[in-house]
Amino acid sequence: MGLQSVLVQLLNGLAGASTLFLVAAGLSLIFGVTRIVNFAHGSLYMLGIYLSYSLVSRWGGSAAGFWGGITLAALAVGLLGAAIELVVLQRIYHAPVLFQLLATFALVLIFKDAALYVWGPEDLLGPRAPGLGGSVGLLGHRFPSYSLFLIAVGPAVLGLLWLLLKRSRFGTLVRAATEDREMVGALGVNEAWLFTAVFALGASIAGLGGALQLPVEPANLGLDFSAIGDAFVVVVVGGLGSIPGAYLAALLISEIKALCIGIGDVTLLGTTFSLSRLTLVVEFLVMAAVLVARPWGLLGRAQAPARNAAEIEPPLRPADPWLKRLGWSALLVLLIFPILGREYPYVQVLAVDMLVAALFAVSLHFVMGPGAMHSFGHAAYFGLGAYCAALGVKLLALPMGAAMLLAPVAAGLGALVFGWFCVRLSGVYLAMLTLAFAQIVWALAYQWDGLTGGSNGLVGVWPSPFFASKTAYYYLALVVCVVGVLLLRRLLFSPFGYALRAGRDSPLRADAIGIDVKRVQWAAFVVAGMMGGVAGALYVFSKGSISPEGLGVGRSIDGLVMVLLGGIQTLSGPLVGSVVYTWLQDTIARNTEYWRAMLGLIILALVVLFPQGIAGWVRQRIVPEEGT
Amino acid sequence: MSEPLLQVDGLDAFYGRAHILFDVSLEVRRGEVVALMGRNGAGKSTTLKAIMGLLPGRSGRVAFRGRDVSRLEPYQVSRAGLGYVPEDRRIFTDLTVEENLEVGRQPPRSGLAAWTVEKLLDLFPNLREARARSAGRMSGGEQQMLTVARTLMGNPRLVLLDEPSEGVAPVVVEQMARMIQELKGQGVSILLSEQNLHFAELVSDRAYVLEKGHIRYSGTLEDLVADEEVRRSYLSV
Repeated sequence: MGLQSVLVQLLNGLAGASTLFLVAAGLSLIFGVTRIVNFAHGSLYMLGIYLSYSLVSRWGGSAAGFWGGITLAALAVGLLGAAIELVVLQRIYHAPVLFQLLATFALVLIFKDAALYVWGPEDLLGPRAPGLGGSVGLLGHRFPSYSLFLIAVGPAVLGLLWLLLKRSRFGTLVRAATEDREMVGALGVNEAWLFTAVFALGASIAGLGGALQLPVEPANLGLDFSAIGDAFVVVVVGGLGSIPGAYLAALLISEIKALCIGIGDVTLLGTTFSLSRLTLVVEFLVMAAVLVARPWGLLGRAQAPARNAAEIEPPLRPADPWLKRLGWSALLVLLIFPILGREYPYVQVLAVDMLVAALFAVSLHFVMGPGAMHSFGHAAYFGLGAYCAALGVKLLALPMGAAMLLAPVAAGLGALVFGWFCVRLSGVYLAMLTLAFAQIVWALAYQWDGLTGGSNGLVGVWPSPFFASKTAYYYLALVVCVVGVLLLRRLLFSPFGYALRAGRDSPLRADAIGIDVKRVQWAAFVVAGMMGGVAGALYVFSKGSISPEGLGVGRSIDGLVMVLLGGIQTLSGPLVGSVVYTWLQDTIARNTEYWRAMLGLIILALVVLFPQGIAGWVRQRIVPEEGT
Repeated sequence: MSEPLLQVDGLDAFYGRAHILFDVSLEVRRGEVVALMGRNGAGKSTTLKAIMGLLPGRSGRVAFRGRDVSRLEPYQVSRAGLGYVPEDRRIFTDLTVEENLEVGRQPPRSGLAAWTVEKLLDLFPNLREARARSAGRMSGGEQQMLTVARTLMGNPRLVLLDEPSEGVAPVVVEQMARMIQELKGQGVSILLSEQNLHFAELVSDRAYVLEKGHIRYSGTLEDLVADEEVRRSYLSV
């Protein structure tokens, strides 16, 4: 491929950078001021493109109709952003960070179904922009005029934002609030209003980004996830809260992607390798590299500890008699459950799903709660376990038991490697790096056709004859799950667990009394990864197959929701959360087409009503508090 | 005697479950400079924060110019005319000196000469040369002046001044004392928390003494200086 086509690809990269920047800029702005990582930002982008589709197709192909429609769509998304901030976020600014994430994730589900309801499941491609529908000759290639226009939009928005932030009173207040919102309030500025305005501004920029894509790509229901994934990466690479950083990162990632496509196949040491297949993971590779070299992003700065930090968690206590009795009764119910449920085979399938979910959630809780490492990519270890167990059966012809033992080994090795990088970071940056690693594992599973079966995955992975019946497999899952949960619980009350929690509550003091905090965290990461792998192995033999979808972002997020739903501060929380969530998902999905929106509404209600999760709430009501 | 500008009645405050202030009552009248004294941890800063509405856990009545402000948000308390200068300064380090002042700006109040950036730079000459510099690059003393100036931009009728003499050079302490006297001359009332008896003596009319969250003494500065018993029990280190 010639130099000229590479140059044209670089131009394409510039246009892509503008779009990426528009989504990321708003996300970064909102995070800077409100400290909320807005999962729903991708949904705002998606709604921008849908709204502009409706407006532009109603007002015809005139220039005024087209540009008016784009502008109005962006403004409408801004208004929606203001409404979100007023109705949902204002109630949860003082809630723990993860609850805020959960709430914005619920909004993602609601908006997805709202779009499905209004616009239907088909892709909708908008008209070309009047006057910019053609192309111009460039370096011997035809280059779309609209892309040239897009190239200019990014820097233009960057410049306008810069002016707004540096040259207006509003911008001064926003920057001051980014540093110390409480002090801004004490100086007589209505922060609530400031937050609403910033959220509306960020939302409308995302809406504009979506609307401007109308002539380029069809509006579809998958845009929310793809946009938020890209935007997270850009914001983290650029440095949270830094707008110029976001542009720089957008540029870097788009250009590297464009180069991968432009160069195509390369032959190295006799093997031909397709660079264009790398585009799925290249942004995550860039992110991992940047975060390891510059943990705060390209133009970011180390975050000062937040002033309104979440409350110190109460210490974990060994189970009191009340909880022990509850645990034994629950176990008894689980033991006789198949006898009760014999007439409803489906219930046993659901019960195994719940056990798998429980083990997965408990292992995630192990890193998140006591470890204080908020993993957004726990599905990676689930997937490593599931795939390796499946490969053990398919490739090595191992019996089920031996194949299952492969799972924790493989997942543990993965966690050993990824964890080494992750424990060097903290907070949102750590979360994003775990997500990056999970995406890399996902892309491996997706693209390594020869080994993993590509998008179809591996099928026909069934348990050995002894465990072939639903009931036998249920008991196997029950035993593995109970042993796994008790093991993790036991670990938390061992010296290792104390060291882990000490490192979470006061890293400096833990360090000063001789605990190597990073090493302890690393070990916890590996333990949790291994247990996640066991959950994956249980999963693959219960379903008979595993595909890349099984280890996608969706599963990581499901795990997060389960942990948060149950309550991160209690050890029983993830158990309760996983059971409730699995049951809810199953029940709602069987009853309505719009199960996501239902689930989202339920999550929102739970977040607002039970800020400590279900188990935390029950505990507070029933168990008398000590020392009061 | 005129109606008090600020009247605090039965103020209790908590950090989480820890009870910090017990039934604190005090008042500041128009044009007065009142010192809130006590050792480290006695509850001086907590009292000022509680008055400002910066503590979620508190009960009791805070009336400012006859209006109950105890249920208001901090920004509303500030707009009612109460200025707050935190002890840890909390300047916006990414902003320039002028931008810091801009954040504090509020419209003029009736019967009170309005502060402008120029007037404040006259009051704190050190800030003049630094006006376009990023505030994070200034010395501790300059930052202390900036945080006072920033609060004055809101044209407060009463300033809650938290430990103005703490951790700054003697020459800055002197400047702070002069500044307080100048503010008093302009009709601004001040409630300052202070550990240093000499500084308090220099600037204040009356004093309250806090110990472990209780008001133990209230009276004029002359009486406090004369009362060795109170000084030894509650103030000396």
